[in-house]
Amino acid sequence: MNVETRPMPLDVTRIREDFPILRQTVRGKKLVFLDSAASAQKPRAVIDAMRTAMETQYANVHRGLHWMSERTTDAWEAARDAAAALLNARDRDEIVFVRNSTEAINLVAHSYGRGVMRPGQAVLISGMEHHSNIVPWQLLRDDKGIELRVAPITDAGELDMAAFEALLEDGKVGLVAITHMSNVLGTYTPAERIARIAHVHGAKVLFDGSQAVVHRRVDVQAIDADFYAWTGHKLYGPTGIGVLWARRELLDRMPPFLGGGEMISSVSYERSTWAPVPHKFEAGTPAIVEGIGLKAAIDYVQSIGYDAIAAHELALTDHALARLSEIPGLTILGHAQDRGGVVSFALDRAHAHDVATLLDREGIAVRAGHHCAEPLMHRFALESTARASFAIYTTRTEIDVLADTLVRVREFFA
Amino acid sequence: MFDDLRDLYQEVILDHGRHPRHAKRPATFDASAKGDNPMCGDRVQVFVTYGPDKAIADAAFEARGCAISVASADLMAETVKGRSQADVRSLFTAFRELARTGTCPHCDAALAEPLERLEPLAGVHEYPSRVKCATLPWHALIAALDGAQEASSE
Repeated sequence: MNVETRPMPLDVTRIREDFPILRQTVRGKKLVFLDSAASAQKPRAVIDAMRTAMETQYANVHRGLHWMSERTTDAWEAARDAAAALLNARDRDEIVFVRNSTEAINLVAHSYGRGVMRPGQAVLISGMEHHSNIVPWQLLRDDKGIELRVAPITDAGELDMAAFEALLEDGKVGLVAITHMSNVLGTYTPAERIARIAHVHGAKVLFDGSQAVVHRRVDVQAIDADFYAWTGHKLYGPTGIGVLWARRELLDRMPPFLGGGEMISSVSYERSTWAPVPHKFEAGTPAIVEGIGLKAAIDYVQSIGYDAIAAHELALTDHALARLSEIPGLTILGHAQDRGGVVSFALDRAHAHDVATLLDREGIAVRAGHHCAEPLMHRFALESTARASFAIYTTRTEIDVLADTLVRVREFFA
Repeated sequence: MFDDLRDLYQEVILDHGRHPRHAKRPATFDASAKGDNPMCGDRVQVFVTYGPDKAIADAAFEARGCAISVASADLMAETVKGRSQADVRSLFTAFRELARTGTCPHCDAALAEPLERLEPLAGVHEYPSRVKCATLPWHALIAALDGAQEASSE
């Protein structure tokens, strides 16, 4: 990569002060939280925004003709503006609020898959997907007679582009659904290239951006994506709120996913008509306070800036790869050229769960298991790995603590 | 470092985890069942051979999992050998309580000797997420005794 201009380094000490939980100790040790890819910690700005909303301006949205409801509706819709700006969406109405990435993908599988795709078409995923980007398509396959294809990955943990394109050549693939950044390997997929190839072969493309949007600026117009799914809780926001971005013309064509209040224009026993997008896809009272928290999280991330975030995480990842590579008997899973702050590894002498238990004793939180990506684990002939993942509040020292402790873990199981 | 973890990873467990004595697929067996922990990917298959009295003449296993699950499977195979099926079922109930709580105050005195052998695994009770590692092979064993192919997960 050619990084010509060096962005302002990120002031980690100051950032850490924004996250109250980082002052906690675990088992008498300083917390070293290296599990942000599962769910990130929350800055004070998010916590305060949610509390303030509940204490000073809370009511249901889009319903009441009273002051509280109007204020709350404004705050909720401001979250939509923030999410649209984050992705550089053309139109704020292309932002559909959902619970999480899983729900976003299920929405597409139900509404686009069952409502727009036809039997005989295919969905193409990759060999490094999270279960949430596998299972909805299996359900669609079994329900609608839509084929499910899997593009293989290389030993380095990158998408095999030749195989990927070959799977599109018969023109049957109606939708490519693929991660923008692997939650296990840390690999970034070449989104622009994937979208270009998909479009050449007449397929739409959905990106699972759960991990990518945390670490890099995402521009859905520059990528030329059709759908982009992500979740708030990994972006330092609350749980229970996520985003599906989709092109306006696709959302207009798609039938509703869930039926109920908020998503209708008119209802009679004979027939109902749907509200315009995005409300057509937002049945029922949404996660209002969480949406307000998500806006605070987006504002917080934007105030730091993706250039600084990406540079910080690149430096951390390089450091982690260097330090972990020095440990005898440790294998790092995947070594893609373009990768981010997620490192999965296996130790020769100890199972990932034993590793995690020992690390936990030193206050170090890592994920251990199959990371909701069992087929990917099998691809590398593993049942489970330990995974360290980095965030804006992660320090070099924490990575050193991890590496030093792993050496001791290995000695423990000698 | 890790001194307090010696409760969980006692030398007996590390030893059986590293060098299990009963980790093999026997040429012949009378019953077998698999256990699977979908949360973590641990897998075990237990093989049982019955004696003429239907007691357990021999037990063995194949496992992919952590030190705790492999050690537990190995200690189990060693402990159940030569015992009646009824005793093994009682022992499972007692062991499950031991793994969950660290003790088994109401346990049958007749089980005192085999339970003592399993005692090194009592440390898991302090690690709720690891209790299943220790009990998984037992679930597979009981499933095999029941004539089932798969243990139902807890």
